[in-house]
Amino acid sequence: MSAAAATRKPAFGVIAEFPSATTLYEAAEKVRDAGFKFWDVHSPFPIHGMNKAMGLGKSPLGYIIFCGGFLGFTTAVLLEYIPSSFLFPLIVHGKPVNFFTVPPFFPIMFELTILISAFTAFFGVFILNRLPRLHHPLFDYAAFSRVTNDAFFLVIESGDPKFSETETRGFLEDIGGREVTVLYAND
Amino acid sequence: MGESDASTTVFVERMPRRPLVWNNHSMAWISDRIAGIVENKAPLWWWVTIAITGSFAAFGVGCIFYLLFTGVGVWGNNIPVGWAWDITNFVFWIGIGHAGTLISAILHLCRQKWRTSINRAAEAMTLFAVICAGIFPAIHVGRIWMVWFMAPVPNPNWIWPNFRSPLMWDVFAVSTYFTVSVLFWYLGLVPDLATMRDRAKGKFSRAVYWVLSFGWRGGNRQWRHYEMAYLVLAGLSTPLVLSVHSTVSFDFATSVLPGWHTTIFPPYFVAGAIFGGFAMVLTLMLPARSLYKLHDVFTWDHIDVMCKLLLFTGSIVGYAYSMEFFVAFYGANPFERFAFLNRYFGPYWWASWTMFTCNVVMPQLMWVRAFRRNWAMVFFVSMCANAGMWFERFVIFVISLHRDFLPSSWRMYYPTWVDVFTFIGTVGIFTTLFLLFIRYLPMVAMSEVKSVLPEADPHYHPPAVGGEESVKEAHA
Repeated sequence: MSAAAATRKPAFGVIAEFPSATTLYEAAEKVRDAGFKFWDVHSPFPIHGMNKAMGLGKSPLGYIIFCGGFLGFTTAVLLEYIPSSFLFPLIVHGKPVNFFTVPPFFPIMFELTILISAFTAFFGVFILNRLPRLHHPLFDYAAFSRVTNDAFFLVIESGDPKFSETETRGFLEDIGGREVTVLYAND
Repeated sequence: MGESDASTTVFVERMPRRPLVWNNHSMAWISDRIAGIVENKAPLWWWVTIAITGSFAAFGVGCIFYLLFTGVGVWGNNIPVGWAWDITNFVFWIGIGHAGTLISAILHLCRQKWRTSINRAAEAMTLFAVICAGIFPAIHVGRIWMVWFMAPVPNPNWIWPNFRSPLMWDVFAVSTYFTVSVLFWYLGLVPDLATMRDRAKGKFSRAVYWVLSFGWRGGNRQWRHYEMAYLVLAGLSTPLVLSVHSTVSFDFATSVLPGWHTTIFPPYFVAGAIFGGFAMVLTLMLPARSLYKLHDVFTWDHIDVMCKLLLFTGSIVGYAYSMEFFVAFYGANPFERFAFLNRYFGPYWWASWTMFTCNVVMPQLMWVRAFRRNWAMVFFVSMCANAGMWFERFVIFVISLHRDFLPSSWRMYYPTWVDVFTFIGTVGIFTTLFLLFIRYLPMVAMSEVKSVLPEADPHYHPPAVGGEESVKEAHA
């Protein structure tokens, strides 16, 4: 890291470690109130109420999944209606395909609605998170490997308009961050 | 916690909640214990068990190939018993496959935090059970190379699926259920695979876990979408899990056969599926808990509450059995009446009474707290439920079919060795897959268990005086 600093590579951001979920939560509120935009907290599990502490709203994923579900429903209606009415009309039990015989078509509409919604939910979460991603500057910081075990980190990225290597560093130290380190992009 | 607390705005719990992880373990302990199972060398018992179950699985696959090359005549099925062990096994396995998604979806929506200790293993078990279930409908069609006719694929033969058939609903329901369960299970695995990646020593294993975890970083901007996806998947899976066994029951309920043609079937099948699934989770997790020393994660409180669910669903099943019998008496349909008298007092009386004893009588033992906290007793009752649920399907399918409307076609059904070993083969496939799962993937959802620890609450402040000790006392 020191070699990277010597060659004056652009900083990726400042990272600080916090001892617990509680301290991380309180620090997040202070960073939010200080008006930072490009920052994130990293924890081994989702912390209840952290969205509010970070000033983030509800994830828009729910609306995207609704569109996926609507797509699945439409697919099922067309998949069943077009062949059953026009391409391969099957008269079963003497019942034609019309408005009054729709209920037996419901189960497949239901299943396809669920199926496409679930696919949207699964892929949606990774697309919104810009994943899969092969590398990220945070992984160059050795201590960061504990984030999936029991460590809590707060990162303010250099892209933030209020970012300044020295001031942000001091700010994170003031709000209780430990091991405050400036990270440099490694490429 | 006296009267003075009532005036404060802070909610004080009169009875402190029991901790979900016992003995105040740290987050690092959870990672070490769970990930250690995968990282350490496989114990001897694992090799011995997988050798046995793998042999059964291989022999079962051999039986399936024998069936495919020879024809369904190698089974004992014959008119009037056209559906026998094949569909019994199918419904048995698909029923077992209901516990995992129930635990992960319905209990998540109900905010039952204890689910975090068992949901991963239960979901994995669900997938393997559905794999075993899927084998039977595919091979029982006889000419398996025609099985693609069930898919809505344009073809020159003018053969097109009848979307109004319950069998077609079944194809869609089971395949949707499997796909959604895989997605739900994998989404839950991603943060734990990231843990495995960060702990990995070797370059190769690190790269593998890196790819599998998609480069997860645990940032709250990621968790925000993740939690929403998890919640919505739970919401989607809840009607799905209830619909799958309902759809399976439509295969029977929409026919005109006495003993099948009842409207009670969907709720009755769903309750039975949950009952059988919970029994299988207990059957697998009790040994795993002891062998991997997970007593503090999968605690007696977890076993206790699962036993209560076993008792509850077993009682619903008992109600359904009794109500079917009552409706046969009250409905004044002579064929229905005959079918139910024949079920309990006909030539297969032993199967029906085994079913009734195992599914209704034995779970009643779980009313006793001492039994719910006794290893052998819980294991015994869950094994009873496993056997009982298999017999339930045998009773419903074979006994209803073997004496139909035309007495001249009545016939007893006897399984052949191929029937028996195909079923044992699927037991082998199921246990082999489960053993591979506990060997290569974290069997407890580490990130979720960490999130239910007291210190995971952002408003948690450790008591200043007494420290750890007073926390322990508060939970005792």
